[in-house]
Amino acid sequence: MKVLGFDTSSIVATAAVVDDEKLVCECIINNKKNHSEKLLPLISEMLKNAEVALEELNGIAVAQGPGSFTGLRIGAATAKGLAYALGIPLLGVPTLDGLAYNVKHFRGLICPILNARRNQVYTALYEGGLDSGFRRITDYMAVNIGKILDRIQSTGKRVIFLGDGLDVYRQHIAAQLKDKGVFASQAFNMPSAASVAMLGLEKLRKGLEQSAFEFTPLYVRRSQAEIQYEKRKRERSN
Amino acid sequence: MTESCVVLAIETSCDETSAAVVENGRYVLSNIIASQVDLHKKFGGVVPEIASRKHLEMVIPVIHEALEASGAALSNIDVLAVTKGPGLVGALLVGVSAVKAIAFARKLPLIGVNHIEGHIYANFLEHRELNPPFVCLIVSGGHTQLVYMKDHGCYEIMGQTRDDAAGEAFDKAARALNLGYPGGPVIDKLAREGDPNKIEFPRAYLEEGSLDFSFSGVKTALLNYINSKKQKNQEIVVEDVAAGYQEAIVDVLVDKTFQAVKYKKVNVLTLAGGVAANSRLRQKLVERGEEEGVKILYPGIHLCTDNAAMIASAAFYRYKKGDIADLTLNAHARLSL
Ligand SMILES: [Zn+2]
Repeated sequence: MKVLGFDTSSIVATAAVVDDEKLVCECIINNKKNHSEKLLPLISEMLKNAEVALEELNGIAVAQGPGSFTGLRIGAATAKGLAYALGIPLLGVPTLDGLAYNVKHFRGLICPILNARRNQVYTALYEGGLDSGFRRITDYMAVNIGKILDRIQSTGKRVIFLGDGLDVYRQHIAAQLKDKGVFASQAFNMPSAASVAMLGLEKLRKGLEQSAFEFTPLYVRRSQAEIQYEKRKRERSN
Repeated sequence: MTESCVVLAIETSCDETSAAVVENGRYVLSNIIASQVDLHKKFGGVVPEIASRKHLEMVIPVIHEALEASGAALSNIDVLAVTKGPGLVGALLVGVSAVKAIAFARKLPLIGVNHIEGHIYANFLEHRELNPPFVCLIVSGGHTQLVYMKDHGCYEIMGQTRDDAAGEAFDKAARALNLGYPGGPVIDKLAREGDPNKIEFPRAYLEEGSLDFSFSGVKTALLNYINSKKQKNQEIVVEDVAAGYQEAIVDVLVDKTFQAVKYKKVNVLTLAGGVAANSRLRQKLVERGEEEGVKILYPGIHLCTDNAAMIASAAFYRYKKGDIADLTLNAHARLSL
């Protein structure tokens, strides 16, 4: 089986194709160019290099979120269009799962963090280095960095951090966790479509496919307008 | 024309998700519109993030429904089209991304359409004999423009608003009068019960010969009127206020439109956009048209508001000219004709 995967949830645009045995081709662009302009040309070029025709694909895997709302939607709308037009399943892979997969052999905790702005990070905790692979042990959340660090510290375990949240919080993490905290190398620090596609393929094998009709990103956070509306409503009723 | 060309188009520029199948730019086989208006009501206007989320949810179901209703399958589609702007960029990106992916997967030609151009083409769907040249008045919540359409894809903007769009002026009045959102239909309805000459609102004609519009003055006059009535504890007769306010906007629109028609020496005037559904505007344009020997054409109400059929019609004529987009097609919040 062949799965095309991609991730546009951060400034990284990445696309890959995998089959049952191997990663066939992967492309990662880590600069600030517009996702809307670059994603499909990237996919098209990548498939050409891989010599994989669209008709050979058995599924489309996409980073489901959390992440940049607009980035997630470009990815999701592209995935929906492809899955619908090709008549194949859509496989949503949580962005944080994809990142954790990059370093799943780490013996200890894995903590991907994405910059969620407004003084928050998107994160979740994983147990890595298991015989069965890796396992998520918390919800996906949008929290202050201090909150997740306190929780990690209380376990006393070693943790590996990765993701674009490190651009902002690396010093902070190092200062609080000292030698309990390590950082993934730059090569594994960003979203990789190979991880997304591999996790998508696992989902496909397990029959956990989604349809282009119903697929929705994991935004984790509501829109600012809704948050403010609820706040005003609460203030009025108090 | 001997060969048939079937276009599937998607429109997601504001708060309606729409998909349509149109044959040869003139025959609507289906036109599905999923409106989000109820979703945005409590916020008093369209919230971009909420609109974008809803578009993403609706885009495939709406496309599928449009295909089913048309009796065509994706394999019968010859050309794919999508609104590329102007509009809410996050909302536009949903349509653009989905349609590009379908075009790529099915190896179909892709056309990016300007939303305003789409509004003009709604007239081609309703009036199959219509051909350029003509003058078009485009009035909606986002736009107020007088356009001379010389030929397909060939436009001259003769005038446009310098501040609020006409539809925006109606929305703001409705909000000030606590009539809810959107304002256009409510004002139109109330105005029919009121006297347009009871309260005099200012008409902004700007410099001599200018075909531009300005609706911020009439809006301010309305707010002042409401405030002074409230201060004096006097009752506000909403029907008369609506009628007077609407009349001030319609008068300017009609006068400037006929000025444009005169400049270009055409005998056809078309109307487009959501505010083209305003009954007083239609009535006054038709009356004036009869006096001056100008034919007034407008689309049915379902083609005035945002819809994908108009995008498909415009796309057909772009396709015939070979104006085909590649996979780098992007969405643009601002985009002129
Ligand atoms: Zn419009």
